[in-house]
Amino acid sequence: MKEIDEIRADFPILSRKVYGKPLVYFDNGATTQKPNCVLDAVDEVYKSYNGNIHRGVHFLSDMSSEAYENAREKVRSFINADKREEVVFTSGTTGSINGIAFSFGERYIKAGDEIILSRLEHHANIVPWQMMCERRGAVLLVIPINDNGEVMLDEYYKLLSSRTRLVSVTQASNALGTVLPLKEIITAAHSINVPVLIDGAQGIQHGIVDLKEMDCDFYVFSGHKIYGPAGIGVLYGKEKWLSEMPPFQGGGDMVDKVTFEKTTYNELPFKFEAGTMNYPAAIGLASALDYVSSIGRENIATREKELLIYATGRLSTIKGLIIYGNSEKKISTISFHIKDIHQYDTGMILDKMGIAVRTGTHCAQPVMDRFGIDGTVRASLCFYNTKDEIDTLADGIEKVKSMFA
Amino acid sequence: MTIKEVQDNIIEEFSLFDDWMDKYNLLIDLGKDLPVIDPKYKVKDFLIEGCQSKVWLHPVYDGKLISFTADSDAIITRGIVALLIKVMTNRSPDEIIATDLYFIDKIGLRQNLSPTRSNGLLSMVRQMKLYAMAFNAKNK
Repeated sequence: MKEIDEIRADFPILSRKVYGKPLVYFDNGATTQKPNCVLDAVDEVYKSYNGNIHRGVHFLSDMSSEAYENAREKVRSFINADKREEVVFTSGTTGSINGIAFSFGERYIKAGDEIILSRLEHHANIVPWQMMCERRGAVLLVIPINDNGEVMLDEYYKLLSSRTRLVSVTQASNALGTVLPLKEIITAAHSINVPVLIDGAQGIQHGIVDLKEMDCDFYVFSGHKIYGPAGIGVLYGKEKWLSEMPPFQGGGDMVDKVTFEKTTYNELPFKFEAGTMNYPAAIGLASALDYVSSIGRENIATREKELLIYATGRLSTIKGLIIYGNSEKKISTISFHIKDIHQYDTGMILDKMGIAVRTGTHCAQPVMDRFGIDGTVRASLCFYNTKDEIDTLADGIEKVKSMFA
Repeated sequence: MTIKEVQDNIIEEFSLFDDWMDKYNLLIDLGKDLPVIDPKYKVKDFLIEGCQSKVWLHPVYDGKLISFTADSDAIITRGIVALLIKVMTNRSPDEIIATDLYFIDKIGLRQNLSPTRSNGLLSMVRQMKLYAMAFNAKNK
């Protein structure tokens, strides 16, 4: 694996200062920073071959269409999907889930049907289903979590029934870091022919995702959380579902034949890609996936585990600090609260020391409610972070304690 | 003191510090001077809810002037609230409605008031003005 200094040099923003202090970026769960190759790839689109995809007969349009389709193939191979037709570009995880919830709902859901989510979901994997359930008269059921922040599988098994139409769960909790037992969840659902959506927003950047092995029916993620540009995301769906589901947006490029009487739709995946897609971001995402592969996904997982263990150990020694989410299996995200100090105060002071963390409910209010808290401080680490930075955070927390004691 | 004079005093007080930590320490101290709201008003009706920290604000109007008491669950927020109250309390409704709060910008706390932070402070300024308008309307 590349040396850490070399890795950090790939990310220009990591060497900047904030308030005169070296930046310690621990908000990777919200968005990750971008390596030079991604910035260059996007720059290159606009500088040398920008043309709208799938439309022109001219040189530039051909070139950007080809790069865009290569990006799709890159994504397919990265997640090990069966076919490129199963890989749809969207605006992000939220866009993907909203699209699936709408189309799946239109095609398969009727009054009294049930959708199962977990208590660990962020709002993007709750609200679209609530909207769909309201429209179709369906019901949402929620898998509870235990005190460690893990989903309770025995409770999940009890929720599955002949009324279940879909299970939609996150790969890892954005608020607590818990990695979910996807194999068990998917196998149980499949045993009664219920499809499963996996929200990979907090999963794909932390290790290998092999969809042939995982065998979920839908998988979604955001480009910007895996070192790619903002505004691009992926919706993977097994062909058997996508071919039956109606489009969730209408417009150019998604059509086969348009008359005012009736429109027939284009083939997969274009049926789901209405209008001009964010092709420069898709091309940037392909570059990000190449970058991740060049570092090595196993290397990333190993390094992040080391950081997680170090950070957990270091923070646990701080008196009055409580870590929420103590599952055996976690991504490198630590959510904590310091006794008698509001998370907003902690976040504001850490910020002035150059440390970027997230505070609040992390768009996962039901998780916070489960623990009876109104928020936490979240440090979400990734492979370009260092133990020195973790020390800086720990010292920063001591400083916060001394200020608010 | 006029609203302008109070604001200028605050700006001067903060200008003594270059370091962010010192500014925040001052805010923490200011929070201790906050005219604290009677616990019976720490209820939903007087809550200005933001994403990050909660603020409770209670106005009293004696027919001429409005005074405020308040509290927050976060200490830095309490400090900023104390500053806002220092400027806005014991003023006539007209004064409050017309106030241009420039001191927040000048002491570098604008970040705390931007709408996207949605930490309740911007809502608090709006709420103070709304109370002033309501009391004014009652007068006329």
